[in-house]
Amino acid sequence: MATTAVPHAPAAPAAPRGLWSWITTTDHKRIGVLYGVSAFIFFLIGGLEALVMRLQLGAPGASVVSAEFYNQLFTMHGTTMVFLAIMPLSAAFFNFIIPLQIGARDVAFPRLNAFSYWVFLLGALFMNASFLVGPLFGADALSVAPNGGWFGYANLTSPQYSPGPNIDFWVLGLQILGVASLAAGFNFITTIINMRAPGMSLMRMPVFTWMSFVTQFLIITAFPVITIGLVFLMFDRLFGTTFYNVAAGGDVLLWQHLFWLFGHPEVYILILPAMGIVSEVLPTFSRKPLFGYAVVVYSGVLIGIVGWGVWAHHMFSTGLGPIADSVFSASTMLIAVPTGVKIFNWIATMWGGRLEFRTPMLFAIGFISMFIIGGLSGVMHSSPPADLQQTDTYFVVAHFHYVLFGGALLGLFAGIYYWWPKVFGRTLREGPGKWHFWLMLLGMNLTFFPMHFSGLLGMPRRIYTYGADLGLDTFNLISTIGALLTGVGLLVFMYNVWASRSQPAAGKNPWNAATLEWAIASPPPVYNFAVLPTVSSRLPLWTEGGATPIPDTPPEPVHVPGGSYWPLVTALGIVIMAIGALMHRALVPSLLTGIAGAAVVVVGIYRWAFEPFEV
Amino acid sequence: MAHRRLPAAVSWASLAILAAPLLVVACSGDPYPQSTLHPTSDTGTSIDVLYRQIFWWAVVVFVVVQSLLIYTLIRYRNRPGAAEPKPIHGNTLVEITWTLAPAVIIVFIAVPTIQTIFKVAGDPPPGAVQVEVIGHQWWWEYRYPELGVVTANELHLPQGRPVALAITSADVIHSFWAPKLSGKRDAQPGRQTRLVFTPDSVGTYLGQCAEFCGESHANMRLRVIVEPAAEFDAWAARQAGPPVPTDSTQALIVAGEEAYKRIRQPGNHSCIACHTMAGVSGGVLGPNLSHVGSRTTIASGILANDSAGLARWLKNAPGEKPGSLMPKIALTDDEVAALVAYLRGKQ
Repeated sequence: MATTAVPHAPAAPAAPRGLWSWITTTDHKRIGVLYGVSAFIFFLIGGLEALVMRLQLGAPGASVVSAEFYNQLFTMHGTTMVFLAIMPLSAAFFNFIIPLQIGARDVAFPRLNAFSYWVFLLGALFMNASFLVGPLFGADALSVAPNGGWFGYANLTSPQYSPGPNIDFWVLGLQILGVASLAAGFNFITTIINMRAPGMSLMRMPVFTWMSFVTQFLIITAFPVITIGLVFLMFDRLFGTTFYNVAAGGDVLLWQHLFWLFGHPEVYILILPAMGIVSEVLPTFSRKPLFGYAVVVYSGVLIGIVGWGVWAHHMFSTGLGPIADSVFSASTMLIAVPTGVKIFNWIATMWGGRLEFRTPMLFAIGFISMFIIGGLSGVMHSSPPADLQQTDTYFVVAHFHYVLFGGALLGLFAGIYYWWPKVFGRTLREGPGKWHFWLMLLGMNLTFFPMHFSGLLGMPRRIYTYGADLGLDTFNLISTIGALLTGVGLLVFMYNVWASRSQPAAGKNPWNAATLEWAIASPPPVYNFAVLPTVSSRLPLWTEGGATPIPDTPPEPVHVPGGSYWPLVTALGIVIMAIGALMHRALVPSLLTGIAGAAVVVVGIYRWAFEPFEV
Repeated sequence: MAHRRLPAAVSWASLAILAAPLLVVACSGDPYPQSTLHPTSDTGTSIDVLYRQIFWWAVVVFVVVQSLLIYTLIRYRNRPGAAEPKPIHGNTLVEITWTLAPAVIIVFIAVPTIQTIFKVAGDPPPGAVQVEVIGHQWWWEYRYPELGVVTANELHLPQGRPVALAITSADVIHSFWAPKLSGKRDAQPGRQTRLVFTPDSVGTYLGQCAEFCGESHANMRLRVIVEPAAEFDAWAARQAGPPVPTDSTQALIVAGEEAYKRIRQPGNHSCIACHTMAGVSGGVLGPNLSHVGSRTTIASGILANDSAGLARWLKNAPGEKPGSLMPKIALTDDEVAALVAYLRGKQ
């Protein structure tokens, strides 16, 4: 390893500023910001899709959009929110916060980290390009986006029933995104295992890092499962195999088992990071350590493990038989125990504290309150007979939006407000922050609470229209109004971001929090820690001598990773291969494009491997 | 001071959230023809009884935990002069207690759940009315093999007699759902699933496909018409018989039959290619029309089966049901009128 006296700046070819510096960056903090900004833009797109759907459903028999476009909207809304908004927003925090919390200078594989981001971004653009490129396939714009639902049930996705390129975009796009998630998962596991500061034992790790750690294991085990399902589907569509073709001996339920075997751990991939964030925010604003740290950690691990044994609760209506229904019902109900334990621990953390209702704290409290509602409706459809009435209705839509919007998203907003000063050096304003919180809380309850009723009273999911005879007009109208209000809340947040430019500098530790990331400057210097601290406490900044002092300037030059554009080149190669596969209706151009993409990947990896990266 | 007002606002919001379901449960009734909360069969009632048990457990947990949360927020809010909190890290006894509490509640939910699973999954009793339910994009076919009846979209069942539905699909996955009678069950190609129930009240119940099945999933609706057993038997006897013969003295109906039989080019969009009319045609892609005039709706429940509804459908089927297999056929107004008269006569 070179130890020449290079000043603590990234090595060539990374430029310190400008667009090129972002394209070549391998700094986990910059990659975190890139993830955050990209995810937020896709979150806005997914939200816009939801608003159009709510306008269509605002009245029975409305004709804001066509049936076909509505199906594209709900497919892309689900796919976008899961894969392009919530997961990468969590990834933004993994990137920025984990190395800081464990006292590291970067992640284990900085260029692999950049690669993950570029693959995610290009995969997301690939999938969303489907809205625009219809004319290239001899169709209208807004006609070839994926339209088989985010769950893409076979055999509706087979070439026989979905002959257009819509499902091709989906099956290829998800495979690209899987590459990004897997690479990042291995990267963070290696980082957390190997790069913790001296003295930071596993049971001294901050809970956010712990929950992220569990999440990474879920990612690296769950994504291969959906990849198998997707590869089967891709082979069915491109090469005429018959994995899901019943007439040729295939099986439509195979897809459902593979998808939900991935899909349920995926739910915990979405919620565990938010649970980690809340477990950081609550102690800080209660001025009290997290109650039952070990139990919170173990229950997170337990949720991750039991989450693998519940997938068939998504399939009760397929008729698995009473024995299977009973077993999966029981395992699903079991998840309520570690989840309930977490909620009690969070409340106990606040009990006896001195609660400061700053904006991050409001979002964290909102998370608890809304997650309780989502958890209780979850217990309701863990019961198969009840689920036979509730599944595929708006009751389920209400349930998982309380978990994913009320849970994951409010938790992520708690994290955004909490760590904003660390990332950008200035706090977001409290006034607009509180408006944002209350508008969003009111908006989401107006949107999703009536869906419990519309579902129980007979409104199925994924319908672009419904009759006035169902008597569900009022519930739907309230939901639509709530969605608009939620949108207003989001506008307030964007105003807040804009207005934060004139906020005063936040300083190292504006919230007087306990974990290591608050021991260094805001925003952190490129090397993070001038000297790697030695940790002797779970709450290093709240404990006398909990961590060795960290000087503001490094006593000697710090070795930091250089920049590289080969991760981006490699990622581009992968997307070119996908474009080649997308063109499968024209054999020769398709093959040529695919081979070109593969060549780019090979060159990219080769140059990456032999790049003089260390300085 | 914004944070002073917070707890009150939270508690009012929670109260409103809590009160809303009670309100709806209390006042919902006939206005919701597709409701899961007003069962009219033994299976539907079993599910409803179970759901209500779970619902009240959820209400209890909701009230206790949200109250605890709100109380904590009010009691421990930051007040001037508040002491520095004690750095409590945990309490084993308390933590064991709140691990056991949800576990105990779950037992109270799991036991009736598993009992109900086996209750509603039982074999159909002997003498049950057997119906094969076949999902198509986007309509329902019903076959009564013992009665020799084939019909579409409107399922007739006798009151008080057990019914066994054998459910499958001709194309993609659908889900048969008539909420007042039973939970939903998926219709999968290559498999047969089952629903067993005994309707207990005469009436017409709405339902629709509950598994996304393509462009017109929203338009794949159905009706279940539960009749007194004698009326059902009479209906079945009529349906099993031949269609009403074409009245050769009615010029319009004769013209309708000719239009129905006409071979159309190009594309062969002829009625007879896809539809069965006993004694006339044997197509199997679309609904059996032998007794189409006896149904109250057409196009899987999205249009009334009257002259206006039939005419709209015949003129532009994909306009009424996007993506429908039945194409837009170039029919003259005279042909439409004749076909309407012909089809309405097939009681």
